[in-house]
Amino acid sequence: MLSRTAENLYWTARYMERADTTARLLEIGYRMQLMPTADGGYGSEWGSVIAASGTAELFASKYGELAEHNVISFMVFDEANPSSIRSCLTAARNNARAVRTALTTEVWEALNHAYLEFNDLERTPRSQLSLPQICDWTKRQSAVVRGCFSNTQLEDEGFRFFSLGYTVERADNTARLLDVKYYVLLPTIDMVGGGVDNYQWTMLLRALSAHRSYHWTYGGDYTPRNIAHFLILNRAFPRSLIYCVTEAEKELCELAHIHGHRCEATSVAASLLGELAEADISEVVEEGLHEFLSRFVASNAQLGHEIARSYLFGKL
Amino acid sequence: MDERFFNEMYLEEQVRPAYAGLTDWLASTPPEQLTQKRAEAETIFRRIGITFAVYGDDDASERLIPFDMMPRVFTDTEWRRLERGVKQRARALNAFLWDIYHRREIIRAGKLPGDLVYRNEAFEPSVIGISPARNVYSHVVGVDLVRTGPDEFFVLEDNCRTPSGVSYMLENREIMMRLFPDLFRTNRILPVDDYPRALRRTLGSVAPAKCDGPPVIAVLTPGIFNSAYYEHSFLADQMGVELVEGQDLFVDGDFVFMRTTRGPQKVDVIYRRIDDAFIDPLCFRADSLLGIPGLMNVYRSGGVQICSAPGAGVADDKAIYTYVPDMIRFYLGEEPILKNVPTWRCSEASDLAHVLDNLKDLVVKEVHGSGGYGMLVGPASTQKEIEDYALRIKADPGDFIAQPTLALSTSPTFVEQGLAPRHVDLRPYCLVGEQVHLTPGGLTRVAMREGSLVVNSSQGGGVKDTWVVAG
Repeated sequence: MLSRTAENLYWTARYMERADTTARLLEIGYRMQLMPTADGGYGSEWGSVIAASGTAELFASKYGELAEHNVISFMVFDEANPSSIRSCLTAARNNARAVRTALTTEVWEALNHAYLEFNDLERTPRSQLSLPQICDWTKRQSAVVRGCFSNTQLEDEGFRFFSLGYTVERADNTARLLDVKYYVLLPTIDMVGGGVDNYQWTMLLRALSAHRSYHWTYGGDYTPRNIAHFLILNRAFPRSLIYCVTEAEKELCELAHIHGHRCEATSVAASLLGELAEADISEVVEEGLHEFLSRFVASNAQLGHEIARSYLFGKL
Repeated sequence: MDERFFNEMYLEEQVRPAYAGLTDWLASTPPEQLTQKRAEAETIFRRIGITFAVYGDDDASERLIPFDMMPRVFTDTEWRRLERGVKQRARALNAFLWDIYHRREIIRAGKLPGDLVYRNEAFEPSVIGISPARNVYSHVVGVDLVRTGPDEFFVLEDNCRTPSGVSYMLENREIMMRLFPDLFRTNRILPVDDYPRALRRTLGSVAPAKCDGPPVIAVLTPGIFNSAYYEHSFLADQMGVELVEGQDLFVDGDFVFMRTTRGPQKVDVIYRRIDDAFIDPLCFRADSLLGIPGLMNVYRSGGVQICSAPGAGVADDKAIYTYVPDMIRFYLGEEPILKNVPTWRCSEASDLAHVLDNLKDLVVKEVHGSGGYGMLVGPASTQKEIEDYALRIKADPGDFIAQPTLALSTSPTFVEQGLAPRHVDLRPYCLVGEQVHLTPGGLTRVAMREGSLVVNSSQGGGVKDTWVVAG
């Protein structure tokens, strides 16, 4: 398979998943600000939402004030923000368009439909759009694309690269979403606990569509330890870090089978997986969740680089 | 019925033999059913995404070419003559190309002025003395033909670089077979679907001498924004070869490689659908992002075959066109089977005077233009348009040629009022490699507007399936 084709498939998946994450981040911010705070005002998570998406500098230079309408313009509609829903949907479609013949009609139509419908959405007066509506719409589009993909796509080499895009991106996103909460609001472990905090953790779980699964797994109690365990080390939860890395490693092994040799990326994924498998949640919390997550985001990015290098992505 | 034009289906009230098989079908198919089939055809075209980009028109960046369900038909006797004529032309054009990059016999013999070659933008000094595999330069020759009578065919122009439209020939047939399977049971229509295989065989047969093993072929496209991108991906798909862009290829040592997920893979034959100017920024346009740096060096040292070969464009220039009959006599020692349209070269003073005096009756074209852009159709133009165009000609006469407006034949075409005659032309695709091959069919373009003689898709022309009926 041409490296460019593999690369386009990989990035189509990454951008769709990123659009989904941006929607989930916005949802957290939106719910947080509905919550009364002790000083009589309302909470604001917008700063941490922007921080988590890794675009704080761009936002500050372009908009300055952390007001809801600015955040929506920036995170939903702004083409200058590479993580905005608009940018992600456009990039996903452009990548897919370049390799249309490698995708089934269903997958292409789902991607194209999302792109076209967003254009309609953009023309709708903002006063008629609510943020939850936009978030729900985005999550649905991403689900439709993924559904069409797993329902119709031949499980060949291209399938592996597409799936790999999803898992690498999702691991990054879960780590960042988790970091929003911990990094900004709970710099030390001693401060964990209390009603407000529980509510915010719930928010996080809801945004990851993991609210009920958490209860099924751990019963009714929210403890930072259990939540961290769930999002990092639970092998059954499809957004946990260990789940994503396991999947990435599996896809890379499949590729090694297809190509008849293992490449460097496979080894990087295996060692990252090894680290996670040996991790103990108490140690992670003691070490500092933020430090742990930062390290993970870097290792995961390293995996991305290694994939690009191993399969000759990008111009030589 | 307008008798100035040859009607391919009817001779007065009589149906000509070629179309005999269609009369029963027309009589027995109710109009509602045809309307329904037409809608069906349009849906299929849209779904598979055969669209056509029109440059300089933002609103319609992707639109459908109108497809006419009424086929255009030749008998196999008519076809055999066309076939011989087209193949003859393709052989002569390739002989000419080899000659002008080697001994230049035709110029030394005084049959063709050297200036027309050396001063031609498409002439490529960097390949002088280089011999492509089997001495073939133009591997796909598209010859544009028009008909004016039962045995009267004229060549409008030759396309030696990368003629497009062959995907329509194949898709139009595919759609007709899907919509009207009965027609194909009752008429013995020669198949066209071997074209991709024949193209692959042709490309494989011109692998460079350095290639030891089955040749690796790739189709090189400028990318998804090119108007013919659909065709590029279609042909790659049908031939079972990779569709590559410049960024997928790189030169290492004496060979060209493509980046694949298994590592670099050597490419032996590149069917490029991209102009000479863009294939190698080191040799041609330095600002081109489409090309492969170093490709020309590999080509010159015999590490890769580029199809069509760099420099092939000089043979399909409109000024060179007028000499093709002489080429046929000079290289093949044969009389031309297909006629040229009489052409005035505005570069010559006497011709220029004649052209300027008769603009209202002539078709004037830019020597280097293509696709019906920037031409003047005298009889269909206003006085003002003619005067404006005359100024352009006077400013640079060498840039223009003129031809009489031909009485293009008509073929019955479905329009809103039913079946009506519309003007058509024909582009068959001749493959030149180890063998010279012509698929029995081609692209018939039809001017959908009543009375119009311009069939170019960029000017609202449509397409038809083209049949050759076995006797």
